[in-house]
Amino acid sequence: MSFPLLTATAALPAIGAVATAAVPAARRTTAKWLALVFSLATLVLAGIALARFEPGGDRYQLTESHAWIKDFGVRYELGVDGIGVALMALTALLIPFVILAGWHDADPLETKSSRWRPTQGFFALILMVEAMVILSFEATDVFLFYILFEAMLIPMYFLIGGFGDRAHTGSDENAAAQRSYAAVKFLLYNLVGGLIMLAAVIGLYVVAGTFSLSEIAEARANGSLSMATGTERWLFLGFFFAFAVKAPLWPLHTWLPNAMGEATSPVAVLITAVVDKVGTFAMLRFCLQLFPEASKWATPVIIVLALISIVYGALLAVGQRDIKRLIAYASISHFGFIILGIFAMTSQGQSGATLYMVNHGISTAALMLVAGFLITRRGSRLIADYGGVQKVAPILAGTFLIGGLATLSLPGLAPFVSEFLVLVGAFSAYPAAGIIATTGIVLAALYVLVLYQRTMTGPVKAEVQGMADLKVRELAVVLPLIALLLFLGVYPKPLTEIVNPAVQHTMSDVQKKDPQPEVEAAK
Amino acid sequence: MNPVNYLYLAALLFTIGAAGVLIRRNAIVVFMCVELMLNACNLAFVTFSRMHGNLDGQIIAFFTMVVAAAEVVVGLAIIVSVFRSRHSASVDDASLMKL
Amino acid sequence: MENLIALLVAAPLLGAAVLLCGGRRLDRAGHWIGTLLAAASFVVGVVLFLDMLGKGAEDRALHQKLFSWIPVEGFQADVAFQLDQLSMTFVLLITGVGTLIHIYSIGYMEHDERRRRFFGYLNLFLAAMLILVIADNYLLLYVGWEGVGLASYLLIGFWQHKPSAATAAKKAFLVNRVGDMGLSIAIMLMFTTFGTFAFGPVLEATGETGEGKLTAIGLMLLLAACGKSAQVPLQSWLGDAMEGPTPVSALIHAATMVTAGVYLIVRSGAIFNAAPDAQLVVVVVGAVTLLFGAIVGCAKDDIKKALAGSTMSQIGYMILAAGLGPIGYVFAIMHLVTHGFFKAGLFLGAGSVMHGMNDEVDMRKFGGLRKYMPVTFITFGLGYLAIIGFPGLSGFFSKDKIIEAAFAKGGTEGWILGSVALLGAAITAFYMTRVMLLTFFGEKRWQPDAEGHEPHPHESPKSMTIPMIVLAFGSVFAGGFFSIGDRFLNWLEPVTGHSHGHAPVSATTVTAATMVVLVIGVAIAWAMYGRKPVPVVAPRGSLLTRAARRDLLQDDFNHVVLVRGGEHLTRSLVYVDHTLVDGVVNGTAASMGGLSGRLRKLQNGYARSYAVSMFGGTAVLIAATLLMRAV
Repeated sequence: MSFPLLTATAALPAIGAVATAAVPAARRTTAKWLALVFSLATLVLAGIALARFEPGGDRYQLTESHAWIKDFGVRYELGVDGIGVALMALTALLIPFVILAGWHDADPLETKSSRWRPTQGFFALILMVEAMVILSFEATDVFLFYILFEAMLIPMYFLIGGFGDRAHTGSDENAAAQRSYAAVKFLLYNLVGGLIMLAAVIGLYVVAGTFSLSEIAEARANGSLSMATGTERWLFLGFFFAFAVKAPLWPLHTWLPNAMGEATSPVAVLITAVVDKVGTFAMLRFCLQLFPEASKWATPVIIVLALISIVYGALLAVGQRDIKRLIAYASISHFGFIILGIFAMTSQGQSGATLYMVNHGISTAALMLVAGFLITRRGSRLIADYGGVQKVAPILAGTFLIGGLATLSLPGLAPFVSEFLVLVGAFSAYPAAGIIATTGIVLAALYVLVLYQRTMTGPVKAEVQGMADLKVRELAVVLPLIALLLFLGVYPKPLTEIVNPAVQHTMSDVQKKDPQPEVEAAK
Repeated sequence: MNPVNYLYLAALLFTIGAAGVLIRRNAIVVFMCVELMLNACNLAFVTFSRMHGNLDGQIIAFFTMVVAAAEVVVGLAIIVSVFRSRHSASVDDASLMKL
Repeated sequence: MENLIALLVAAPLLGAAVLLCGGRRLDRAGHWIGTLLAAASFVVGVVLFLDMLGKGAEDRALHQKLFSWIPVEGFQADVAFQLDQLSMTFVLLITGVGTLIHIYSIGYMEHDERRRRFFGYLNLFLAAMLILVIADNYLLLYVGWEGVGLASYLLIGFWQHKPSAATAAKKAFLVNRVGDMGLSIAIMLMFTTFGTFAFGPVLEATGETGEGKLTAIGLMLLLAACGKSAQVPLQSWLGDAMEGPTPVSALIHAATMVTAGVYLIVRSGAIFNAAPDAQLVVVVVGAVTLLFGAIVGCAKDDIKKALAGSTMSQIGYMILAAGLGPIGYVFAIMHLVTHGFFKAGLFLGAGSVMHGMNDEVDMRKFGGLRKYMPVTFITFGLGYLAIIGFPGLSGFFSKDKIIEAAFAKGGTEGWILGSVALLGAAITAFYMTRVMLLTFFGEKRWQPDAEGHEPHPHESPKSMTIPMIVLAFGSVFAGGFFSIGDRFLNWLEPVTGHSHGHAPVSATTVTAATMVVLVIGVAIAWAMYGRKPVPVVAPRGSLLTRAARRDLLQDDFNHVVLVRGGEHLTRSLVYVDHTLVDGVVNGTAASMGGLSGRLRKLQNGYARSYAVSMFGGTAVLIAATLLMRAV
């Protein structure tokens, strides 16, 4: 038996979480370094998995399969396709930066006793989330996936509710109330989604008699498993609802701005760049693969909702006064693009959506983490409290601008490639949808540039006067992300090569062909 | 004698016990009424055992006795400690178990 | 030779990277590195040009594929360059004028502590602009297109501490994004129609699809061109863009970037030729803008904004020519090149004036400067003569051709367009004469500023005057050089094609008419500003003047409808999101809470009432069971 690489990639951060949590109260720095080392080791393993993955090979690779709960046919089945391996690598890549950016976010307050151990808990929870997210990208058993999908809510709940952003306006009690409101809202939204999905998972088992993705897919392909139209649609809706809450899709989005606003910036990155990706990933993997007919049936409605998300998220981002909430609404707009790409059901749209997940992860991380550095310095999240930062902290302003430009999909940076592919893919299937989505690029420029103008340019505000520029630790967070944005913007080929075969598989699952160009169709 | 009459007796005893539980305020009396209900059940079990000609009912009756004995131990202890702290054995006085 | 093409872009790109990442260590040498790399790009351009001259007209185009950029099923985007005569013209203009303006900036930005970064941005601009003109497909062109937009954003807002500069930069980027939307929709249309967006295949296949599709593509391309080239209705950003340092206005907002729209239309000629409706819209946009810009230029007292109005108007000429089809393509590009020379020269002259006048831009506070800055006066004067079309100078040849071509369009359309172009020429003569008189002639009108510093006008340093002299040289001779023996026509014809049209009037008549309107324009300007002293504070002016000062109220319209309307929209959406979308969820939660508040009353703590409910429940259950069994 070969080395269980996928299990190891997920187990390593879990072990790291336990180890970090066990560090004695007084040795906080040890705990931080331990967490960082574990996350880097996970990154190495994920890199090996990426290298061992053969784009032209089997659909699911590096597979592992063990019996787990025999009575219900639940198996511990892992395997990655191009989409899974890319997102797994993204997760493993982002966590070290999240840890490094949150280096001081959980340092104990002076008012608490020295036996208090928030630091250990903070980093252990982050690693725990990493382990679960990675495993959920690898799971090819529906039940296993469901468990992880729900379980990752628990550490996230504590990360949001327990470690809030220390920059807040108003009293401490008020802030604590806001924070627990955000955390509970996050949990309830996702739990409701998850429970509906549980019903669908059980329904699927009743219909199919197994939880194994590959078995179901095979049975569906060779016709031995046929579902009644109504059944398929109900099951699809059950799954889709859960993913649409997590993604999040309009009108199920309102938990995201609260959660991202109240959490510390690294945790906000964890929410939007890592955990939410499980939702869009699962739409591709489960909705389209298991219920192709129902997916096609629901497409018009979903595309309309995605378009609303794009425009609505962008417009609300323009109207925000809080930096982090602005980025949250921008993310809602971007998730609209991802979902649009998935359900356009063209090769370009789906490749674009997958690239978008990766690129959005990196670009949001860059923007949000720099915003976090800025907010920590000034102690306020309100845009109006800033002005002229560019003059006192040019590097901070420059990196913030690059993060912003990535968010507005400037060509040359990675998000452009994915956004354009999504637009082309959507346009070739549904021209009107493509055109409406294009307005998103104008609005994106508006909210990014207004944010930059109000915070960074103009006369230097008195409170901003002594602001320090980025430190070495912070540069170590931002510069690699920016380098990656540039690289994937200029040369995305390594990524597209991994993703393309997986997309072709999905396209054949839903039995869709790309629309032919008019000139060739005429011939 | 027709064994069904024993069932009527059991039902009567059970009703008396239930009425006592619902009406009386003294905890000790309520407790005794609970015992009465349990014993009514026991009687019914034994009667059924006799009627069906197997021992299942009698075995369950023994279980019930054991449970009743255990219940007496725990229940009396609770009543005594409530009486000590509140100087009353009325069940209506102990109404703190609410939201 | 092909391998040299990438070097064109690589040199300034390297410069941008080094200068922007290099940190303070490079502060002392930064401007030299930037200038050197711009010059290197120019040298590469010249080498390629000489090589191209040595070949026959048909096989001059070079092609270089670097790597496959976005390979996705059915979608191939390459990073590949194509250098033909049209691109070559632009490469020489961009790198040539670009290098001169780098040199000029060394002097102009001498006292700015962020000079290194300024040169980094300039190099970034050159790289993006070169990508734009040598891309071999529309998507890569789009990269350059947005890249120049970014560079323009950074450079307009270079003095970020000024809120007006930051706002102007943002506005320019946003308006351009609206145009970019057009370009991306055009690319998507090409993809769904032709399955590709590389120049070659798309432009050859125009015959295989319907006119409707081509019209749609053409209109979207025009939208893009309007954004980048500041044409009505997306022109509002150009005036504000003058907040940037003057060399930027000269390079980006006069000579090169704003002409990208003309490049796009000429490059896509095959599409427009097959879509007459789109062409008609193009000429209308060009004609309207050429008048719009000219009228705005007449009213502005800010020297740079007057020149910006003029730029808009001159690009209107080019767009008009490009919209005429094969009759006009060559002349659009020719005017573009000569305009590059004289307008860059005029802006550099304006910069030189501002340099000597403590950054004053109000022409009413200049006057009589010819005595103080002779070199600036002469070079500016030559640029002035060139732009109004003084016989023998560059503008005379190029603008005259466009007016002729407009008449040659034929029919009523031709007459209307030709008359508009003639009218534009008259207004051009008027506003340029006005600028010239207000700045260099008459009495000195400057006064000490609030702190008592009186400006001491002086000639600018050599690094600034030399580029001005070179550009003045171009303004004088380029047009003649291009026109003698139809050199420019023969050079570009293999790429753009050319036809003569049916001129209803002879070329001589047109030239004579142009001369007449020129004299009228100059005479009116002299009567208004040369004969009598000019008030320092602008008079209230007629209704038209006041409207023109406010950019013919277009900005006010934008402000009321788009800015205010948008603010209301976003604010009400924020409210809706909070009360309605979130409210439904929170309302559900609250009603659950209310319900449980009622239900918990049942938990009164009395053991006997619990017992009653138990008995009751059991009784109901038993009754239900019996009932079920009975049924």
